[in-house]
Amino acid sequence: MTPPSAGVGTPDVHPTPTTSRQSGPPLLEVRDLVKHFPIRRGILGRTVGHVRAVDGVSFQLWPGETLGLVGESGCGKSTTGRMVLRLLEPSAGSVHFDGADVLALSGARLRAMRRHAQIIFQDPFSSLNPRMTIGAAIREGLTIHRIAAGEAADRRVRELLSEVGLRPQFADRYPHEFSGGQRQRVGIARALSVSPRLIVCDEPVSALDVSVQAQVVNLLQDLQRDRGLAYLFIAHDLSVVEHIADRVAVMYLGHIVELASATDIYREPLMPYTQALLSAVPVPDPTVRSTRVVLSGDVPSPANPPSGCVFHPRCQHPRKDEACTKLVPPLEEKSAGHWAACIKQPPTTVHWEVQKAAGGTRQPERYLPDL
Amino acid sequence: MPLPPLLISGASTPAPRWRGSKTAVVACAALVVVVLLALLAPVLTSYGEAQILPGSELLPPSRTHLFGTDVLGRDVLTRVLYGSRISLGLAFLATVVATALGTAVGAAAGYSGGRVDALLMRLVDTLLALPRVLLLIGLLAIWPQLPLHVFVLVLGLTAWFPLSRLVRAEVRAIVTRDHVLAARALGSGHLQIVFRHVLPNAIGTVLVAAPLIAGGVIVLEAGLSFLGVGVQPPTASWGSIAYDGFEVVNSAWWVALFPGLAIAFTVTAINMLGDVLRDALDPRQLPLR
Amino acid sequence: MTPPPKGADAPGAEAPLLSVTDLRTYFHTNNGVARAVDGVSFTVAQGETVGLVGESGCGKSVTALSLMRLIQSPGRIEPGSSVRFEGTELLTLSEADMRRVRGNRMAMVFQEPMSALNPVFTVGDQIAEVARIHSRASRRDAWRQAVAMLELTGMPAPEQRAHEYPHQLSGGMRQRVLIAMALMMNPALIVADEPTTALDVTIQAQILELLADLQRRTGTSILMITHDLGVIAETARRVIVMYAGEVVEQSAVGPLFATPHHPYTEGLLAAMPRMGRRRDRLRVIPGTVPPPTDWPTGCRFRARCQYSWDRCANEHPPLYDLGDGRRSRCHLAVEPGRRAHPHEPLAAQAVPAR
Ligand SMILES: Nc1ncnc2c1ncn2[C@@H]1O[C@H](COP(=O)(O)OP(=O)(O)OP(=O)(O)O)[C@@H](O)[C@H]1O
Ligand SMILES: Nc1ncnc2c1ncn2[C@@H]1O[C@H](COP(=O)(O)OP(=O)(O)OP(=O)(O)O)[C@@H](O)[C@H]1O
Ligand SMILES: [Mg+2]
Ligand SMILES: [Mg+2]
Repeated sequence: MTPPSAGVGTPDVHPTPTTSRQSGPPLLEVRDLVKHFPIRRGILGRTVGHVRAVDGVSFQLWPGETLGLVGESGCGKSTTGRMVLRLLEPSAGSVHFDGADVLALSGARLRAMRRHAQIIFQDPFSSLNPRMTIGAAIREGLTIHRIAAGEAADRRVRELLSEVGLRPQFADRYPHEFSGGQRQRVGIARALSVSPRLIVCDEPVSALDVSVQAQVVNLLQDLQRDRGLAYLFIAHDLSVVEHIADRVAVMYLGHIVELASATDIYREPLMPYTQALLSAVPVPDPTVRSTRVVLSGDVPSPANPPSGCVFHPRCQHPRKDEACTKLVPPLEEKSAGHWAACIKQPPTTVHWEVQKAAGGTRQPERYLPDL
Repeated sequence: MPLPPLLISGASTPAPRWRGSKTAVVACAALVVVVLLALLAPVLTSYGEAQILPGSELLPPSRTHLFGTDVLGRDVLTRVLYGSRISLGLAFLATVVATALGTAVGAAAGYSGGRVDALLMRLVDTLLALPRVLLLIGLLAIWPQLPLHVFVLVLGLTAWFPLSRLVRAEVRAIVTRDHVLAARALGSGHLQIVFRHVLPNAIGTVLVAAPLIAGGVIVLEAGLSFLGVGVQPPTASWGSIAYDGFEVVNSAWWVALFPGLAIAFTVTAINMLGDVLRDALDPRQLPLR
Repeated sequence: MTPPPKGADAPGAEAPLLSVTDLRTYFHTNNGVARAVDGVSFTVAQGETVGLVGESGCGKSVTALSLMRLIQSPGRIEPGSSVRFEGTELLTLSEADMRRVRGNRMAMVFQEPMSALNPVFTVGDQIAEVARIHSRASRRDAWRQAVAMLELTGMPAPEQRAHEYPHQLSGGMRQRVLIAMALMMNPALIVADEPTTALDVTIQAQILELLADLQRRTGTSILMITHDLGVIAETARRVIVMYAGEVVEQSAVGPLFATPHHPYTEGLLAAMPRMGRRRDRLRVIPGTVPPPTDWPTGCRFRARCQYSWDRCANEHPPLYDLGDGRRSRCHLAVEPGRRAHPHEPLAAQAVPAR
């Protein structure tokens, strides 16, 4: 078995700014983030292995920008999002928020940082305290950070509620009295209460039907325009991501395997996994039978990831060969601002000689399936 | 553009559901009666708690002595009324002690997880394995004239183990919910999270268990007093009256029967109340979605 | 004008596996009667996949739960409703007989994976329990079946995952656990309430393929409740659109997407983001579903509709038969000319501009 790779992206290559938003220093900078969960068995809780939920993830996020994070279920998206806010302790790596090292913060300073970085959860059902009125839930952040108290806090709660399209009178109702979409808005209001600069949106619209989803997406976009918020937008609905994201990062088995502007990634996906992902999007038109790249092979376990390129057992690239099972593909710039981890999509820094030495038999060649 | 305000479907503030429940009414009424009887004992009876009526030993129930009299010629009704003050008071205080301890230990273990959890739960396992009755008998044998307040404390300190397990299990489940994480993301401290976001959601468990503890304490106190090691004469508790009656149960059944009935009646009512409380305090009237 | 159709389809056709007639499920709350499901009729034939779509809160989950008879107080399935399944009327079945149907002949995939799973048991235990309830499987056999089922749903390292607790799994993995539980007994009907909402598209494709495969092999029928119209387009043969406790449109899948008849269906299709067609803003249907305690008289969609006219306020539209198995609860069926004159819906007019 290969040693745990230092991450597909080597520390010194970092996606360079490509969109107009990316001027000045990034708001969030994540480097080589790793999270291993121990697998325990038996009554004694013996550790028998590790789930490599996140295995070396690096990205940057600028103010006012939306970075979409998509990928297979269980590939570590939520874990990444939670580590960024330090709701989970990373096993390794670094997170810098607004220049400050988040992992070095503790106690009061960590709590102060949390005022500026918030999260919206996937499950509107479990993300609200069933015994607290929604008004109290929204008020909490105001009290903790001494932003407002008494009458002023009440006023702010009412403002926030109407900002997310809920009636201010709803403040003294309990979460169970709301539908999924309404609860999700309460979650958004709670996140907004402390006027954050970054919101990690962990599948904020997955539980919503299309018309409510459209309302929430529009709301998030309005807020971004008005307040210059940055979003780390985790989702599996690729059409929503295409709609809202400036750049998109695709994750597979704890690694970022492709990172590019939304336009590029949807027009010209380079990493074979991204290609499969895009082709699997169901087409809301029964007359179109989509040409689907069907993934074959076993779904690998993050407890025991494949060697070399983690995607190789299921890869459909016609040039796949021995080298893919041996070499860890670096996340490299294939064209301006378009980063992908695949040694068979030229150009690549892993030269043909190196590939041959690792047992490669097929020269790299661009492969773009018909989507 | 602001979003249109939403209408709430099926909205309602959770109205306490006990209004309509017959069980609730019956249980509460029964307990109120028992407590009133205890408080009004001096008014309800013309005899003194330990007043001996010479010449009227072991009289069967009659107009003048509704529950009859005991070996020493004391009115059993009077003794049961005064005894309820001791039995109920003991049960209440011991339950408060046990509930507080059990909840605290359970919450600490469940919330911190990991080593603290393992340690505390092993401790509870060990304590659960101790034969509680024998322990108490032993203690009372060594220290026969145990003052009442120490007795209460001892009862409470030995009644919290099962509750702590229940609370811990409940808390383990609650801390996996996202709302706890959301509270951390907002910058709440641990104590704040435990008191505002975790414990209120475990309150159902506590409320169902607390009456069980109270019932258990009443029965245990009665048992100990019955064995002659609990509440000491001349103070009456339901258990000690029954103890007095036990020796003459063949000839004078009434002395043991009435305190026994009082115990059964009260414990049943308390347990019913536990169920009702749990239902009433559940805000989730809409189980769907 | 045709009277509202009864549950059964065209006479002569073989009796459907499931036929729901005039299903009404009301919640008798302190604030009045919430008519969550209000006279719903439809059928599901053997081996067929029927899609059920509609806005959040329109009664999809309550319909599903009513089929399984899992409605809890203060909810009640009103007398006069009928649910016939495999030739038996479920609503009059004894609780003991009903338990033999649930999870066995008719299985449900619940919408909220986290609240449908018990946090203190391993997921393997919870899947195995289904087999232990409905068959005499030994503990070990049940466990083996559970692991095999998990593997079928595409769970990586199923043997190891079965030993884990729900909170240790990702959202999508939890959903697969629920699917495994539903498939355990090879049911004749699977009621899938948003089965793939928490899954990424490749796993979703895999699950849908799994369901389709199961359907081919065992002739299972599927009632697919989802808000993903893409999923409907790819899996369902027929679609039922619900709004405010009622069926508002019913059609084979092709015509529904090509020419939605009911204005609500039209709005749903327009609100959907589509790949490759990036827009500045997504279209929304203004307003929201009215509360189920007081449905408006006349057409329930009226306030949000861009075609509504006075008839809509006065007359509750029946489910008009448009021929070809299409039905729509909209007066446009008899006054098609009105479609040429859309206007700003009332709900949008009521909102003050910022
Ligand atoms: N508390 C935990 N203990 C053990 N393993 C965990 C824990 N939380 C997550 N994992 C594991 O980490 C991996 C990544 O999980 P994560 O929730 O980040 O996935 P995800 O990308 O968000 O997936 P989804 O799209 O399904 O939500 C999974 O294999 C999961 O089982
Ligand atoms: N226990 C209950 N008491 C009162 N009303 C209820 C109850 N359960 C559900 N309802 C109401 O019934 C209506 C239908 O709810 P249902 O869960 O079926 O919606 P849905 O169509 O599944 O929505 P979603 O897409 O959000 O899951 C809602 O308006 C809801 O408020
Ligand atoms: Mg997730
Ligand atoms: Mg539902």
